[in-house]
Amino acid sequence: MDHIRAVPDGTPSPGVPSGASPSETSAAELAELLQRSSRGDEQAFARLYDATSSRAYGLALRVVRNPAHAEEVAQEAYLDAWRSSSRFDPARGSALGWLLTIVHRKAVDRVRSAEAASQRDATYHRETQPVEHDETAENAHASLEAQRVRGAVSTLTDVQREAVELAFFGGYTHTEVATLLDVPVGTAKTRIRDGLIRLRDAMGVGS
Amino acid sequence: MNDIHHLTGAYALDAVDDLERARFEQHLAECEDCRAEVASLREAAVLLAETSAVAPPPSLRDSVLSGISQVRPLPPVVERTRVVHRRWFPLLVAAAVVAILGVGAAIWQPWSPSEDSSLTAAERVLTAPDAQSVAIDLGEAGRATVTRSESVGKAVITTEDMAPAPTGKVFELWLQDDQGAMIPAGLMPPGEDNQVVLKGDAAAATAVGITVEPEGGSSEPTSDPIALFDFSQAA
Repeated sequence: MDHIRAVPDGTPSPGVPSGASPSETSAAELAELLQRSSRGDEQAFARLYDATSSRAYGLALRVVRNPAHAEEVAQEAYLDAWRSSSRFDPARGSALGWLLTIVHRKAVDRVRSAEAASQRDATYHRETQPVEHDETAENAHASLEAQRVRGAVSTLTDVQREAVELAFFGGYTHTEVATLLDVPVGTAKTRIRDGLIRLRDAMGVGS
Repeated sequence: MNDIHHLTGAYALDAVDDLERARFEQHLAECEDCRAEVASLREAAVLLAETSAVAPPPSLRDSVLSGISQVRPLPPVVERTRVVHRRWFPLLVAAAVVAILGVGAAIWQPWSPSEDSSLTAAERVLTAPDAQSVAIDLGEAGRATVTRSESVGKAVITTEDMAPAPTGKVFELWLQDDQGAMIPAGLMPPGEDNQVVLKGDAAAATAVGITVEPEGGSSEPTSDPIALFDFSQAA
């Protein structure tokens, strides 16, 4: 699949502690940081940033591909998150999910906007950006979590995984996914939904 | 099979276009099962980001933190009563207004054929003898009718049960000229039942378009129209 950039290698580098790092920020702490942010606590937001920025930036980069655009997207998303932090409701989902949903939406808007449509092609064959290995606590944690997610993704059928990745990382609409895969729209829609349900159940989240 | 409920996955991945998003959000407002499913699928979807984590350049941290210091977080949403859905009421009022004005116009016409200042711009268009209308059914997103009078030089759009624009977006109106160029004609105010006079001279327009644009609108369309009212098909 040429549409998808290879998944960056998430193998933990030597020297990264194998257990959870002491500075790893739990879901409850992230929610707390976001709620403090809504009261104007900039330090809480800085901590939230430090605990999430690799995932936020990496997601933006994966979707928009161009590092400068990814930085803009991530910046806009964080500013939006700060501004609308009072709208986060811990009863309805995790703080990380809430934040990354904003990042993803911004990234998708970016690749879909008319001017970016040509950029996506232009940057399509750009040199693969060397992924700097980051040994911060967030990434030590993230790489372990990444292995768990890869395990869950492997429970999807190939066609489900392909449809989910084209939609999520490719930023394509389900109708475009159907065309890319040469299947009826209803089939693409079902593969995406069934794939996500399987991923959700394998990860044991949100249900 | 093509049940709207099955759009939960695509919606959770932002794999929908603006019109589908608007329609589905309208559905979500009424379907608790879908809301719960979307929430759980979103949690699952964002986990995929674990596999693509990359350390951002340090400049990002600086720009984010200096950015937030200049922005006040929004106040929380305070619970408010949901506006009662009155589908027919505005239509009845509109019909009554048209009926009264129709009679009124007939009486006043001999003395003031076209300069009746008691009529609003919208009423002048709707009651003009050369008024032409094009209606478009947007399915779950509602219905809209554009009426244009060449003699008045204005066009009016009337919406009914129109779905709200997606979050952070607006519906923008356009007058299309005979070269196909789209000229901004104002933004649709929020609300499902609206009547808006388009800005600009509509006499020579060949069509009226609606697009979904970022908040504040755009000087040219950034997406394909969700509806295009072509006057060559006017009744």
